[in-house]
Amino acid sequence: MTFGVMLSQLLSGLGQTCLIFALTLIFSLPLGLAVCAGRMSKFAPFGKLVKNKKDCPKFLKALGEAKPIRAIFSFFIAILRGTPLMLQLLVVCYGPYYLFKVNLSSSWKFFALIIGFVINYSAYFAEIYRAGIESIPVGQSEAAQTLGYSKAQTFFKIILPQMVKRTLPPVTNEVITLVKDTSLAFVLTHDEMFTIAKRISAAKTTFTPLLIAGLFYFVFNAIVAFVMTKIENSMKYYE
Amino acid sequence: MSENNILKIENLRKVFDDELEVLKDISLSVDRGEVVGVIGPSGSGKSTLLRCATLLTDMTCGELSYMGEKIVWNGADGRSVYADKKTLKKARSKFGLVFQNFNLFPHYSVMKNLIDAPVSVLGIEKSKAKEKAAELLEKMGLSDKADAYPCQLSGGQKQRVAIARALAMDPEILFFDEPTSALDPELTGEILKVIRQLAQEKMTMVIVTHEMSFAREVADKIVFMDGGVIVEQGAAKDIIDNPQTERMKRFLTKLGEK
Repeated sequence: MTFGVMLSQLLSGLGQTCLIFALTLIFSLPLGLAVCAGRMSKFAPFGKLVKNKKDCPKFLKALGEAKPIRAIFSFFIAILRGTPLMLQLLVVCYGPYYLFKVNLSSSWKFFALIIGFVINYSAYFAEIYRAGIESIPVGQSEAAQTLGYSKAQTFFKIILPQMVKRTLPPVTNEVITLVKDTSLAFVLTHDEMFTIAKRISAAKTTFTPLLIAGLFYFVFNAIVAFVMTKIENSMKYYE
Repeated sequence: MSENNILKIENLRKVFDDELEVLKDISLSVDRGEVVGVIGPSGSGKSTLLRCATLLTDMTCGELSYMGEKIVWNGADGRSVYADKKTLKKARSKFGLVFQNFNLFPHYSVMKNLIDAPVSVLGIEKSKAKEKAAELLEKMGLSDKADAYPCQLSGGQKQRVAIARALAMDPEILFFDEPTSALDPELTGEILKVIRQLAQEKMTMVIVTHEMSFAREVADKIVFMDGGVIVEQGAAKDIIDNPQTERMKRFLTKLGEK
């Protein structure tokens, strides 16, 4: 195999790497916001049962304070952050077959890959967003509220723009991690760059393709970091 | 109820978590053009009173009306019941609140801080809102700061923008929650000057403040609070120059005003 052939094979895999990267971001960034909303939900359906917080049985008080939506989302976030992404990809891909005997088409693998990445990253983004939202002084929403903004207006006009600015550095971190995590697609033998590099490496007993892949990841991330710094700078006009 | 009544609070009680009683039985009425100064030691419930009146904190018991329209009343169980969303939204357009720490929107320019709520909440035309905002900025001596961002302003300038932002909504009554407490004495002066001017223009105001001499000068009525109750209220000069209760006398002595 000539160097040129190796390079062209790797580059064809790079296209898949970029696709996984782009699809994951496109879906997980907004989905993270929804997960964050669930994680921050204050919905307490049994709150009305507690007439007087001081003189009521402990279990009733606990029931009144229970926030089921928040609990569910906290649980899912804990699972998604607490287990390997590689395992999650395997579960999404092969779980339907082993659990429900569903026969899935060959194209399912790619969907499973994207679903796995999107769900996993949305959990991380949700927690980053939450930190950002909670770091904004409560006076901002109070000022908006007294000016008559609705809850939606307060969030989208006042809180969200400030949250985006505050969370850009940790989001950049996640995006860079995602570039490298796309290589986990090899567990589902999806032909992205790393899978191809490994295959060539094993077949031709050479380390070169892996090193070239490493260089591609590095350049990819240099571009990501450059773009994110540009975006950060564009928000420097206020503090 | 007189037609000139702007704000009426009746028998307000606020108990946090059914344990901590911060306001015990507060009744307060503010008429059009009146300037009410609320004074008292820290922890006396002044700010909670203001937060209840501006719907930022839920009342436990008691009633609240703006311009004669009841928006909070006592339900059958003796606890406060709030009117529906639409009525509350309408009530919110009646008052403005100026915070101790300004709470300007940092990502908006001064101009946008002033016009965004009038445009997106009241539905006023953008050009009209801009005109009004320009007038207000001129009045506040900040015409040259329209395009600045809050982080580029001094504390006194920020607070003047915050006052202008509240005024841009054309409120019937303006609440101030210790408007000068975050400012050094020099900057305090410029805010007091603005409030004094508003008083001369017969703006209805409720001012929670520690500036005793200022309260005496600008307020028509003084409300002295301690331990969650109104200990004394009456004409500003009477109350401060001739306090009736021991508690008030002690408070004033401590402040070194008498």
